[in-house]
Amino acid sequence: MTSLPISAIVLCSGLGLILIGLWGMLTQRNLIRMIIGFSLLDTGIHMVMVSIGYVTGGTAPIIDAAVPAAEAASRVVDPLPSALVLTAIVIGLGVTAVMLAFAVRIYQEKKTLNIDECTESKW
Amino acid sequence: MIKRIVIALVLIMLAVMFLDLAANYRENTSLSPLGRYYAEQGPAELGAANLVTAVVVTYRGLDTLGEVTVLFISAAGVGLMLRRERKKGGDNGENGDARMRVHKPASEIVETATELLLPMVILFGIYVFLNGHLSPGGGFQGGAIIASGTMFLLLALPESHISRMLISIMESLSGFSYVVVGVLGVILAGGFLDNRIMGLGTFGSLFSAGAIPIIYVFVGIKVGFELSAVLDRFREDTDLT
Repeated sequence: MTSLPISAIVLCSGLGLILIGLWGMLTQRNLIRMIIGFSLLDTGIHMVMVSIGYVTGGTAPIIDAAVPAAEAASRVVDPLPSALVLTAIVIGLGVTAVMLAFAVRIYQEKKTLNIDECTESKW
Repeated sequence: MIKRIVIALVLIMLAVMFLDLAANYRENTSLSPLGRYYAEQGPAELGAANLVTAVVVTYRGLDTLGEVTVLFISAAGVGLMLRRERKKGGDNGENGDARMRVHKPASEIVETATELLLPMVILFGIYVFLNGHLSPGGGFQGGAIIASGTMFLLLALPESHISRMLISIMESLSGFSYVVVGVLGVILAGGFLDNRIMGLGTFGSLFSAGAIPIIYVFVGIKVGFELSAVLDRFREDTDLT
């Protein structure tokens, strides 16, 4: 019996999170729940990216006593997806902050978080 | 009803695509050529023990500058949307005081714990961004830890005042210094944001990897103040409603 590789588990959970997040964004009518859906989608994408960079048996790409520089190329995971995910996390944080600020403003104006009440720009 | 069917259809189609992706997934057994280059040449070229930091700060340094800019713009956007409104002239007089009293004071446990923990949280944040080139961590993570310290402060002492002037001065100064270090790379070394403007030092020690720790200190200060400003904006808004 072949055991499931660890990165496949991360990949599948990430893809599942993307679907759950998208479902939440499309079906929920409460602004906060839609923002939570976005965060789930975001996290799912990060997990997929990290799992793609995994190398079988690899360890964190940090050179120290445990991973000498000479062996680095054969023992570490790909540092590039990790670096890209670091960027993506920060940008996701910025987008979430702006979305929450919008939600606060909408609540101040309409005293409700229901998206169905916001009909001005609906077509 | 049509809407629900469309949503279900979209999700099912996406799920089928993902299923295909997951079914054909094979774990890598070796690094990609680019990852191999970073792993083999990175330590010798840049002197950074943490390869992710070398990629983030130097090899793809322009990305990080853009990332810092995105964070700055989103902080500015939050500030713009949640600015304090003064509709009526003397609104922040008696009414302001009445609103401030709506805040339920934090319990003594929370206040004491915050006073005890806040210096340690901030110190830990500084440690994380100073050691970004040696251990997991870096400017963004350290900045986020410092902002969590601010969050503590806002929870325990909701009336505490955070100087907006200080925040904007520190933020502008650190962002400007980051760009100055990048331009120094053009003059003294190979190109924009090159970290070899000074000696690489002993591999694995605190003062090594050229300009990487300096850049991460500026990024850490900038991110810490920016996120604190965002949290402060959300706090002030509760006074209004």
